[in-house]
Amino acid sequence: MKHLFIMSFILMLWPVTGMATSGHQLSYHINVDTSDVASLQRGSRIFVNYCMGCHSASYMRYNRLGQDLGISEETLKANFMFGTDKPGNTMEIAMKNADALKFFGVAPPDLSVVARSRGADWLYTYFMTFYRDPSRPSGVNNLQFKDVAMPHVLWELQGFQKLVYKTVTHEDGTEMEVIESLEQESEGKMSPDEYKNTVYDLVNFLVYLAEPAKFKRQKIGIWVIVYLLSFLVLAYMLKKEYWKDVR
Amino acid sequence: MDKIMKYLCALLDWIDARFPLTKLWNEHLAKYYAPKNFNFWYFFGSLALLVLVIQIVTGIWLTMNYKPSAEDAFASVEYIMRDVEWGWWMRYMHSTGSSAFFIVIYLHMFRALLYGSFKKPRELLWLTGMFIYLTLMGEAFFGYLLPWGQMSYWGAQVIISLFGAIPVIGDSLALWIRGDYVVSDVTLNRFFSFHVIAMPLVLLGLVFVHILALHEVGSNNPDGVEIKKKKDEHGVPLDGIPFHPYYTVKDIVGVVVFLIFFSMVVFYNPEMGGYFLEHNNFIPADPLKTPEHIAPVWYFTPYYAILRAIPSQVAGVFAMGLAVMLFFFLPWLDRSPVKSIRYRGWKYRLALTAFTISFLALGWLGMQVAIPTYTWLARVFSVIYFMFFVFMPFYTSTDNDKPVPERVRYP
Repeated sequence: MKHLFIMSFILMLWPVTGMATSGHQLSYHINVDTSDVASLQRGSRIFVNYCMGCHSASYMRYNRLGQDLGISEETLKANFMFGTDKPGNTMEIAMKNADALKFFGVAPPDLSVVARSRGADWLYTYFMTFYRDPSRPSGVNNLQFKDVAMPHVLWELQGFQKLVYKTVTHEDGTEMEVIESLEQESEGKMSPDEYKNTVYDLVNFLVYLAEPAKFKRQKIGIWVIVYLLSFLVLAYMLKKEYWKDVR
Repeated sequence: MDKIMKYLCALLDWIDARFPLTKLWNEHLAKYYAPKNFNFWYFFGSLALLVLVIQIVTGIWLTMNYKPSAEDAFASVEYIMRDVEWGWWMRYMHSTGSSAFFIVIYLHMFRALLYGSFKKPRELLWLTGMFIYLTLMGEAFFGYLLPWGQMSYWGAQVIISLFGAIPVIGDSLALWIRGDYVVSDVTLNRFFSFHVIAMPLVLLGLVFVHILALHEVGSNNPDGVEIKKKKDEHGVPLDGIPFHPYYTVKDIVGVVVFLIFFSMVVFYNPEMGGYFLEHNNFIPADPLKTPEHIAPVWYFTPYYAILRAIPSQVAGVFAMGLAVMLFFFLPWLDRSPVKSIRYRGWKYRLALTAFTISFLALGWLGMQVAIPTYTWLARVFSVIYFMFFVFMPFYTSTDNDKPVPERVRYP
């Protein structure tokens, strides 16, 4: 009986629900690995070249990035920082919010912790599901983020996709068009597999960016727990010794 | 060596002549006799004290780098997470600690329900504990605004506006709490002040009183037998053992086991899938954008579910307040001569099981988006929740309780 109470308590706390996803069927799952430094480096390159045109990462410092990803200060200065930034600066952008509002109707959000609010799967699906939609100002729409203001910035890598519909007949006989899949419409610089890998690197990087200490804490944690476990043995023996004479 | 001991003894005598050091040590540790049959449920008192210390110490370090202003708060938390050495560790200990505090306190309170620890002569012990619980809720609520994320902001907005539902004075009261017409920089500043000074002071005072009250009446135990009734020729309870060293060494084991679980969360799952750190709270507070789904952190959700279950907001707020306040009356609602569940009849056992299931179910329902099925479920469980208290005088006085032994059972 009492074990039931404990179990139900633990079950209640255990994460059972993930992030809410939108109604469509095309969602992707990603297993991020923030210890894969090479992938993080490639992701950081994509981020600086493609995302940082409009998005800042204003809680992240360039030199921290260099330290964690093994990028030298020279490389940082030559390839990551533009204008008058110093290595100790955070990753700000030049575009002003007021201008961004005029250009896009909405200011591009800061991406420092976006992987923590959206989740990696959401981001992965987002980058994979841009499709052509002439009714939108940017010419594209997105399955994960409907009517997103952001254009498909990675289009030159991926090319364009289009929606493929299929007709579903309901039990009552009504027919409905539903989204079946996305189909490559025009070629990009990358093959679909290469693009997928690139998006993986980018999402991996965004996850790192959201919590640079993550890798460190996972590395330290095991030793903390090993220490506590060995201390537990001693503490338990001490308790046993003292309690021998309690009857 | 002897010489050193002699000097130390002399020093102790000198202190004892001016301050009751030896007396305190004996009264509260070395000659404080606790029943020898404590079980698993008796770890959570000392663990609550441990978590309190963790929260205060990590809180001190966080306060060194946190900036209580609407402009800087969110960024300063990220500064702690990234630029402050070991800042992430302090922050995760503190955020995990707040959830751990409630887990430990809920289990501690559940222990009291199991073994009747609130019953005579421990009514004041229970009341001081309840005041600690209320203060803790305030402390958690004020602290949750500080990261200044979307959930912080809108959670505070919702909860403060609940005061607005009180007839006549409601609106002015909500305005008075907020200090502004919406949650703003002013609100953040005063909540910071409450969180780091006012509430912790009250909490420490109450914990002191709680322990004093405990040591005056002595601990209850899983058998609900008063060990003070059977004493040996020296006036020592026959079933009592000195708290130190017996329970200090035992509690160390509990502390280490707790810290292992605690570290697993801190180092490997600090967000706990969005239950300890909510996903939406990584978006900076935006007064112009209401999130689709606002839910409080898990430890408030049973009451939140009760609030939402009732169609009228005034009645909902009243029911929610009542749900917490009813705990205060437990010592007088329970009419059974028996304390421990071991010797209680089927009625109390059934009632407590139903209540526990309702509390957990309400907690889960309070996190969900309120669809009609869930609202109805919440209504059913709310009714069970209140029935536990309202009918308690009747089912406890007519229960088929079993005879209680003279002495505690050990082992």
